[in-house]
Amino acid sequence: MDDRNFDLGAGPVEGRPSKRILDADGLRRALTRVAHEVLERHGGTRDLVLVGMRRRGVPIARRLADLVGRFEGTPVDVGELDVTMFRDDLEIRGTRPALRPSSIPRDLTDARVVLVDDVLYTGRTVRAALDALMSYGRARQVQLAVVVDRGHRELPIRADYVGKNLPTSRDESVEVRLVEVDGIDEVVLLDRLGAPDARSRP
Amino acid sequence: MRRKDVLDLDDFSPDEIREVLETTSAMKEVLARPIKRVPPLRGKTIVNCFYEASTRTRVSFELAAKNLSADVVNISASGSSVEKGESLVDTTRTLQALGADMVVMRHAASGAPYAVARELSASVINGGDGWHAHPTQALLDLFTVQSRLGRIDGRRIAIIGDVLHSRVARSAAWGFATMGASVILCAPPTLLPIGLDTAILAGLRAKGVATEVAGTPAVAMTHDIDAALRDADVVMALRVQRERMDAGLLPSLREYARAYGLTRERLARARFGAVVLHPGPMNEGVEIAPDVAHGSQSAIEEQVTNGVAVRMAVLYLLAGGRAGPAV
Repeated sequence: MDDRNFDLGAGPVEGRPSKRILDADGLRRALTRVAHEVLERHGGTRDLVLVGMRRRGVPIARRLADLVGRFEGTPVDVGELDVTMFRDDLEIRGTRPALRPSSIPRDLTDARVVLVDDVLYTGRTVRAALDALMSYGRARQVQLAVVVDRGHRELPIRADYVGKNLPTSRDESVEVRLVEVDGIDEVVLLDRLGAPDARSRP
Repeated sequence: MRRKDVLDLDDFSPDEIREVLETTSAMKEVLARPIKRVPPLRGKTIVNCFYEASTRTRVSFELAAKNLSADVVNISASGSSVEKGESLVDTTRTLQALGADMVVMRHAASGAPYAVARELSASVINGGDGWHAHPTQALLDLFTVQSRLGRIDGRRIAIIGDVLHSRVARSAAWGFATMGASVILCAPPTLLPIGLDTAILAGLRAKGVATEVAGTPAVAMTHDIDAALRDADVVMALRVQRERMDAGLLPSLREYARAYGLTRERLARARFGAVVLHPGPMNEGVEIAPDVAHGSQSAIEEQVTNGVAVRMAVLYLLAGGRAGPAV
């Protein structure tokens, strides 16, 4: 999850030079490929749970579950995870961000979990998500699927499934926009930030 | 939430209460997990200062703090330096010097947590002060009603019993009225504090909250229990203490039960399916009949469970209110 998603109200930023990386068709193809890869590696849907990380990971997890379910003819469990309380920057940020209830459909003991998020960046959100998942039991395996891997990891974390590898500079930001949240399906790369405080990197 | 202390709901805006209730939903989900511990208060020290007897509030704050990974210290008047005559403010200053980030205080004197909050940079949460306020109890009542009825605004809340000595009734009246419900306080004439309704109405007006709900005042008082129960969506019974009879305020518990006890027959005069609340501990057969206390309309056990989630929400939100840049 990119930092901009930290306050869950962040929407598209206007007035910055941007480049479209994927359009709606491109996004659909990328998710279709990821859904096939998940099935191929798991050899089916047994014990498979797709867990979307709030906010944009949740609709992506739903779409992947639909695709996987359609390919196999069996429904796949989908969960929603709010990792806020597990973040390592709560103290730095001061005012506590709003929480939403997580919703995990089953005890995860022996489940094979695929965590789903929009953008993989520093890896800190994924670290928080791994800790949060442990409250739901000891999963047999946890994997990570993201729409965009933009590099710049600060922790030893990598994705198992990547929709699009996108080398970026730290000044840029990547937005995965989804119909469910933003009213449009696309992935855009936004150029250098206008105001210096527009980005909230500690 | 940007505040240092939670002392009463009289200075809470509807948005702040909403924020607490939303956070409480997330905390309730945490309580349903196989492992109920989350880390946001790691490294924080919370001191529970209970100068007056309490089971549910103290245990509930302790569990809430532990579920959030805080370190918790409990002190009570007996066995502490209070017995050596140390003043309240000095005791809490010492607690702060020992590293307390938050102090939860229950005290028999109305206003005690205010005196402490003024002196400390640590957050102070009122866990009940005298006859004055019990804000986290009111928040858990609000959350319980919202979970049961879906919404709070427009509802009619009847609070029945010893209103005069009840911090629960005062904070609940502030909370429900702030959220757009109408509250009717009902007690025998000797236990109904004259002017409480107009005082709360003036306070609501001052914070810009409606003082009328569908043509009825946001807070009203009566000693007619039938009038109080009419159209009530929520009925809260308050505990009656034996000491009140010694003071000559009530002739006998039996007479009180006959005139003001919440029985099945009386409850039938409220709205169909009205929610029954009680802050506990209950005197079954006095202010509430056992079949009402444990019947299908009772949310009394839920209140206790929700109490932990509400206190987790308050601790979580307060921990971010004092320091740190706005990001």
